[in-house]
Amino acid sequence: MNSRGLNANVQLRRGRLSLDVTLDVAPGELVVLVGPNGAGKSTLLRAIAGLIPISAGRVELDGDVLDDPAAGRFVDGCRRSIGVVFQDLLLFDHMTVLENVAFGLRSRGAARRDARRAAAQWLVRLGIGELGDLRPPQLSGGQAQRVALGRALAFAPKLLLFDEPFAALDATTRGEVRRDLRAHLATLAAPKIVVSHDPIEAITLADRIVVLEGGSVTQQGTPDDIRSRPRSRYVADLVGINLLRGTLHDGAIALDSGHQITVAGDDHGSTAAVTATLHPRAITLHTARPDGSARNVWLTTVDAIDDEGDRVRVRVGAPVPLAVEITPSACAELRLRPGASVWVSFKATEVAVQPG
Amino acid sequence: MTGPRRRQGSGNAPPLVAIVVGIVGLCAFFVLPLAGLLWRAPWSDVGTVLGDAQARDALRLSLVCSLSATALSVLFGLPIAWLIARVQFWGRGVVRALALLPLVLPPVVGGIALFFAFGRRGLIGQWLDRWFDIQLPFTIWAAIIAETFVAMPFFVITVEGALRGLDTRYEDAAATYGAKRWTVMRRVTLPMIGPSILAGMALTWARALGEFGATITFAGNFPGKTQTLPLAIYLAFENNEPAGIVLSLVLLVISIGVLAAVGSRVLGARARTPALAQ
Repeated sequence: MNSRGLNANVQLRRGRLSLDVTLDVAPGELVVLVGPNGAGKSTLLRAIAGLIPISAGRVELDGDVLDDPAAGRFVDGCRRSIGVVFQDLLLFDHMTVLENVAFGLRSRGAARRDARRAAAQWLVRLGIGELGDLRPPQLSGGQAQRVALGRALAFAPKLLLFDEPFAALDATTRGEVRRDLRAHLATLAAPKIVVSHDPIEAITLADRIVVLEGGSVTQQGTPDDIRSRPRSRYVADLVGINLLRGTLHDGAIALDSGHQITVAGDDHGSTAAVTATLHPRAITLHTARPDGSARNVWLTTVDAIDDEGDRVRVRVGAPVPLAVEITPSACAELRLRPGASVWVSFKATEVAVQPG
Repeated sequence: MTGPRRRQGSGNAPPLVAIVVGIVGLCAFFVLPLAGLLWRAPWSDVGTVLGDAQARDALRLSLVCSLSATALSVLFGLPIAWLIARVQFWGRGVVRALALLPLVLPPVVGGIALFFAFGRRGLIGQWLDRWFDIQLPFTIWAAIIAETFVAMPFFVITVEGALRGLDTRYEDAAATYGAKRWTVMRRVTLPMIGPSILAGMALTWARALGEFGATITFAGNFPGKTQTLPLAIYLAFENNEPAGIVLSLVLLVISIGVLAAVGSRVLGARARTPALAQ
């Protein structure tokens, strides 16, 4: 057991939820916590932040014991060095942006002038140096997001927690803010936990994905691990989707591999970096070249077949590696086996394109 | 032709009878009494009346007592509102009902109750008298206590509603940023319910200013000592003096001012004032 970073064993009951989670996060590591509603993600964050006590277990940060019911120890939330970015951000509307960011320093006893100077520097680092005198209701979604980040970072916390940080943003801003956040977080030595519902977020941000279902960890690993071997229906649906990165131009995405994928929608002739998602259910497999409305059709080979009981997950290779979900009967009828040739097809309208 | 009429849509408009009865009610209970007051106002006497020593005393006393009552209501009402809005305890419903009882209790009954609590032979009063030689009834303190008793529930109910409506996650957030309880209250909770606090204060002050029944029962009616404006108005009216109407106008103007302030953007836009709905 390492003594740096976060070492948490959280056990508690709240209503119908019975939480029992062991979670270690190394310094600098970013863990994305995913799970269905009611799985206990937010409760876990609240327990780590010290907003609710655990009933058994132990929470330790950089070797300091924060919560240990057996030893009768509980460090109050306001005495833990943990920066939280909350769902809905929860910026203080009655304060200016600068005062929001300075809040953590002021609460920890910094002199007013020092706190304001440090907060102003943070605003500059986050690229919103000119917004200090505004109030949160005057900000755009992306700006508010940065202020919330600044407020959580300003007092140099030893751990960072994000509870669905992008939930309130529209799709366009999301991509931009996510890139931004990734860049900022990469420079921080503190361990980071991000709760998310968004597969792209999970896959692009995470060093490690931890899946929480029904109050306990059901799977964890690198994004690639999790995506190639989703162990539950929930995980397969969440991160088992196909991610396609490339450049959008003239109604088609030029993938980094060079292959073109036709998508729906007008890009007004501009060229932009995009991430597209394509659900495995939306892809059809054929033994002969299909003739129909699907804009994307090509011949490929079966790499692997995973039987998941009521469904079969087929992974196909070049030119575009994809996961395809079909029924066991379809799999039997097509006589699929690794190495077999197969046609894939999917409609342009099934590809969801996001900037970033 | 039914076309244009149909287009107006009559689905959510009240029936004609309701409109007529509503207008009659407005006239009978709001417009006419005000008109009557203004109609009989002895405008030429306004200067004389307001220059009169007894009226000035009553006005001064009213201001002192009602502002003191407002201050006491904030001092005690804030913790009471906090308690019944935020702390889970057995019998909370009873405590809440108790704190709001003066809203529905006839003020004269309140005055009598205060008398038997703080009077010379009262529950507490006898000990105040015996040990500290303090006699509250028929002093300015009695007037302040009576006004506080009657007016504080307006403050409690307004602030309690605001506290209940406040998203406690903001306070959680403040805590994770290192704010201790006191700091959370000072820098987050109170500013966020600030508009409601101001609205509650305005309502409380207006109610205290107009207090009559509890004051006259518990504090008496001594000019210059416990005779507040409403008492002076009543006495003058009984004796058919013009001062009654002039001083009534003074209170009317103040009331309208309070109502305007509570309803205005400064106080009312973000404030919850359930007391107004009472």
